[in-house]
Amino acid sequence: MSTTAALVGLVYLVAATTFVLGLHLMRSPATARRGNLLSAAGMTAAVVASVPLLLDHTSEIGGKVLVGAVVALVAGTVVGGAAGFVSARRVKMTAMPQLVSVFNAVGGGAAALVGAVEFARAVTESRATAGFAVPVVLDVIIGSVTFSGSIIAAGKLQGLVSGAPVSFPGSRALTMLSTVVALGVGVWVVVTPSTWLLVVVVVASLVFGVLMTLPIGGADMPVVISLLNAFTGLAVAMAGFVVDNEIMIIAGALVGASGAILTQQMADAMNRSVLSIMVGGFGTGDAAGDAAAGAGGQQSVRRMDADDVAIQLAYAQKVVVVPGYGLAAAQAQREMGELGSLLASRGITVYYAIHPVAGRMPGHMNVLLAEADVPYTQLKEMDEVNPEFATADVALVVGANDVTNPAARRPGNAISGMPILDVDHARSIVVIKRSLGHGYAGLDNELYTDPKAGMLFADAKKGLTELLAAVKTTVG
Amino acid sequence: MSPELLSNLGLFVLALLVGFEVISKIPATLHTPMMSGANSIHGVVLVGAVLLAGVADSPAGYVLTFLAAAFAAMNVVGGYVVTDRMLGMFRAKAPARPAAAGDGQQTSEVAR
Repeated sequence: MSTTAALVGLVYLVAATTFVLGLHLMRSPATARRGNLLSAAGMTAAVVASVPLLLDHTSEIGGKVLVGAVVALVAGTVVGGAAGFVSARRVKMTAMPQLVSVFNAVGGGAAALVGAVEFARAVTESRATAGFAVPVVLDVIIGSVTFSGSIIAAGKLQGLVSGAPVSFPGSRALTMLSTVVALGVGVWVVVTPSTWLLVVVVVASLVFGVLMTLPIGGADMPVVISLLNAFTGLAVAMAGFVVDNEIMIIAGALVGASGAILTQQMADAMNRSVLSIMVGGFGTGDAAGDAAAGAGGQQSVRRMDADDVAIQLAYAQKVVVVPGYGLAAAQAQREMGELGSLLASRGITVYYAIHPVAGRMPGHMNVLLAEADVPYTQLKEMDEVNPEFATADVALVVGANDVTNPAARRPGNAISGMPILDVDHARSIVVIKRSLGHGYAGLDNELYTDPKAGMLFADAKKGLTELLAAVKTTVG
Repeated sequence: MSPELLSNLGLFVLALLVGFEVISKIPATLHTPMMSGANSIHGVVLVGAVLLAGVADSPAGYVLTFLAAAFAAMNVVGGYVVTDRMLGMFRAKAPARPAAAGDGQQTSEVAR
């Protein structure tokens, strides 16, 4: 081992430590930001340290780095870095999940490219052994699937691709075919290394990524993005095996494992298995029957206007707000935060009950509310807040549906067993919602016909604006 | 199996275990920033793009190096900046501030 390689190895060790410590510091909101900066510093060190490693390695094999390659590398880094920087700064917080998905796509794409290019070179130098080809094939398959899958997922969240489960005649057969081709030809590449065969693997994997993501409904996208995030980690680790680089292996495996855990937790909170999400089509086939079973007749709901609700809120002692997807979709987090702080300034105890999958990703609602200056001490997670409902004068549900449906406590419907917020335990309930339309699970919400409940029919932004004005008038 | 491959496999398995352990302790509140933070960590693939540049010697090689570097740099820079922007919004108290939209930009300027 040369001195350069040893020094670079030490820098990699430091970088790996910062990645782990960075994730560790993210356990608490107070230290999370420092954790991210630490991780970014380690990343910068690792990338910079790789330049001498590159020079060392190239001279070792008797070559020299060509000007064209340096230009390509620098230009690529500047263009990509600028694109990432600008989009990260400009994106609206509500559109953040799709941006993460795009970053994930390009990461997977880069990993697949690195693997494929190294393989092509190894083939021309006839040193592509089976042991070398195995990580290449894994890297290329996972990276390509992540690339096309993440782009479709981002498109669905952005509304460029239909959010509804998409399928066409023969789509299942085509999915199967692309799987068989990617895996079958992948094995063939290991046995007889060939660049053209690897290209076939790339194409089949890209097709599979698209077909895998299209039939999945928009509401499941967070789980899919998280899963693809874990995939990218694994692809990067495989690319690390291909180019024999420790930091890529460590960081990739770290992300692969943490992404897998996160995906599992998200799926658990939705009472869905990762497998059934990936099979897709939820909310289309079996939901129709469930809706009929769960309906419980045509019970009437109580309609309220903003002034009624304002009086209830202004004279409450304790208000628990339940924000949901509708709040995120209407981008009403500022109005929500303003209403909350107005109530809090009158000495009313205000909590925000955050269901694990509220919004579009776990924790997304926290980010949105934090953007609107809601102190994170008012944000309570499900287990912490559920006992509070019994002593709450008003539970204010804003654009949340299935996560408040008491039907989840009974067996025999689509959401049975899903952990829910005990909104029905509150002394009174106000629901701001555009219509009585069904949630993602396609069920009637029994909460709305509860005698304690009133409905304020409005889009979350309009409803909260009206409510804010009405509360201000009421309290003078 | 070469000694390098064996030690790389060891690193891979140990890093997987650390990943499982570190993440299982993170509260749901921070899951989105955490996912975004993990997303930026796999931007380490930029190192791979740097290594590609060392052996690229044809126009096709240059184009692929450019693409890999651009993809990876977008992942790593964008990932850290957006994570920092998100985390900059978490605060215990809500201080009064004049321009809410401007603040998001300032926080990300601190990051770079």
